[in-house]
Amino acid sequence: MTATVKAATADALPQVRTDRLPLLILPVVMLLALPAIFDVPAWLTLTLAGLAMGMMIFLMASGLTLVFGLMDVLNFGHGAFISVGAFVGASVMLPLAAWMQADSFALNMAVLLPGILAAMLVSGALGYGFERIVIAPVYGQHLKQILITMGGLIVAEQAIHVVWGPDQIPLPRPTSLRGAFIIGDVAIEKYRLLAVAVGLLVFLAMMLVLNRTKLGLLIRAGVENREMVESLGYRIKRLFVGVFVAGSALAGLGGVMWALYQETVTASMGMQVMVLVFIVIIIGGLGSVGGCFIGALLVGLTANYVGFLAPKLALGSNILLMVLILLWRPQGLYPVARR
Amino acid sequence: MSEPILSLRGLNTHIAQYHILHGVEFDVPRGQLTMLLGRNGAGKTTTLRSIMGLWRASAGEILFEGRNIAGLSTPEIARLGIAYVPESMAIFADLTVKENLVLAARNGPLDGARLDWLFGLFPAMKRFWTLPAGVLSGGQKQMLAVSRAIVEPRKLLLVDEPSKGLAPSIIANMITAFRELKQGDTTILLVEQNFNFARQLGDSVAVMDDGRIVHRGSMAALASDAGLQQKLLGLSLDAHQ
Repeated sequence: MTATVKAATADALPQVRTDRLPLLILPVVMLLALPAIFDVPAWLTLTLAGLAMGMMIFLMASGLTLVFGLMDVLNFGHGAFISVGAFVGASVMLPLAAWMQADSFALNMAVLLPGILAAMLVSGALGYGFERIVIAPVYGQHLKQILITMGGLIVAEQAIHVVWGPDQIPLPRPTSLRGAFIIGDVAIEKYRLLAVAVGLLVFLAMMLVLNRTKLGLLIRAGVENREMVESLGYRIKRLFVGVFVAGSALAGLGGVMWALYQETVTASMGMQVMVLVFIVIIIGGLGSVGGCFIGALLVGLTANYVGFLAPKLALGSNILLMVLILLWRPQGLYPVARR
Repeated sequence: MSEPILSLRGLNTHIAQYHILHGVEFDVPRGQLTMLLGRNGAGKTTTLRSIMGLWRASAGEILFEGRNIAGLSTPEIARLGIAYVPESMAIFADLTVKENLVLAARNGPLDGARLDWLFGLFPAMKRFWTLPAGVLSGGQKQMLAVSRAIVEPRKLLLVDEPSKGLAPSIIANMITAFRELKQGDTTILLVEQNFNFARQLGDSVAVMDDGRIVHRGSMAALASDAGLQQKLLGLSLDAHQ
């Protein structure tokens, strides 16, 4: 989160005001939706669905926002890590379908966790290769970055067709994550609760690393001014490779979560979700993890509320949200102090 | 004159198609404060950035303790013991004063005694320790930028226009701080346009014009020769005295 700068005189202690206004948007949107929906159980269900969707988008977007903030790299190929993560996860889980469908939480997790781990490992490794081969030659050249990463995404999509075939693959959720908890008239889907928990866990871990470790300090400083970080003696390119790999692994995690959410895996799922991912990182402020988190939740909530209230507007609702946010804050909710 | 810690030999630097430095040659004696003076656009900042490897020298040698560092990367150069304070200060605004200094302390945790010494030089750093650097005034940011460069002992300090845009009282603080640094073991190469500031601090001086060194000598000699000052720095003097 950024702090509002107020001019300091030579002697007076400067006032630091934490900018909490963007944090208020979430409750405001939720409260505005309540009278519009006019049905508390439906509102609660939609709110949880929106938060779960937002958390999954956050998983996929958080790495990309740091990558952009650190190295000014516009990586349109990020969607490839999402798709590959989903396919790798499915490849681990589907052969053990019997365990997935068993009425045992332990057996379900014994499949799900290795699936997620494999997805993160392969997406991270793919990210490393992608950075070395595709990104490294075009540092500082935005137009070339757009062209080559888009090309990389298309190649990855076709490679998925070659490896896993052209058809979409059904990926049913583990038995213990199907269904919902019914509390009164409110249905709380188990899988959405898991998505919220995983998203929160990743967000808290990222904030902990960014704010409490020297590695986090380096990343935050690098987002602001990478040249100065190098002048202090740190090899920012190594740091960037590390962040790129971590971001790719998180995209892989997001891919598995998204695939289980939709209960299907397709080669184009990464490309499709990239529109939402870019909206989220633009709304949040490029390079800001906190902004990305709020932006993702906003996008998730808006998509669900508008989808319920005015389905025909659902497609454009997130673009409209982005336009409104940018009219209010042209650099996003939490712009990072930039060079 | 003591042996040079840094020597530039025939340094040429291009930025895109522009040829900025044309065979720059001068020495920075160990333990002294060398002023690099010149008009706007003379090539002073480019010289510092070339030494730091932020702009790649296209020809010539940059000898640091006898070793040519012209081909090294910026982090490698910094790790040899060269610290850089850019004209823009480049403090990390979203990080606190403490975090800025923690980051600059490459070799481990902050040293308490060194920190006390820093707080003695720049008391504002202690006062604003936990505040985001972005809320500091211009002078305080400059103090932080210098503090960051010297939070651990460095062999050579490159400072680009530390007095630019600062109030006279803050400039006086800066002069005191650099004097104290000079008495320690730090060699300083300081780019400056404010001749009053320069003559109070400099031991030796190099003057640049149009990407070339046009004068080298002692600061005392330049300070006592009004004609030479007018010839070398006329426009700068008018503008900045």
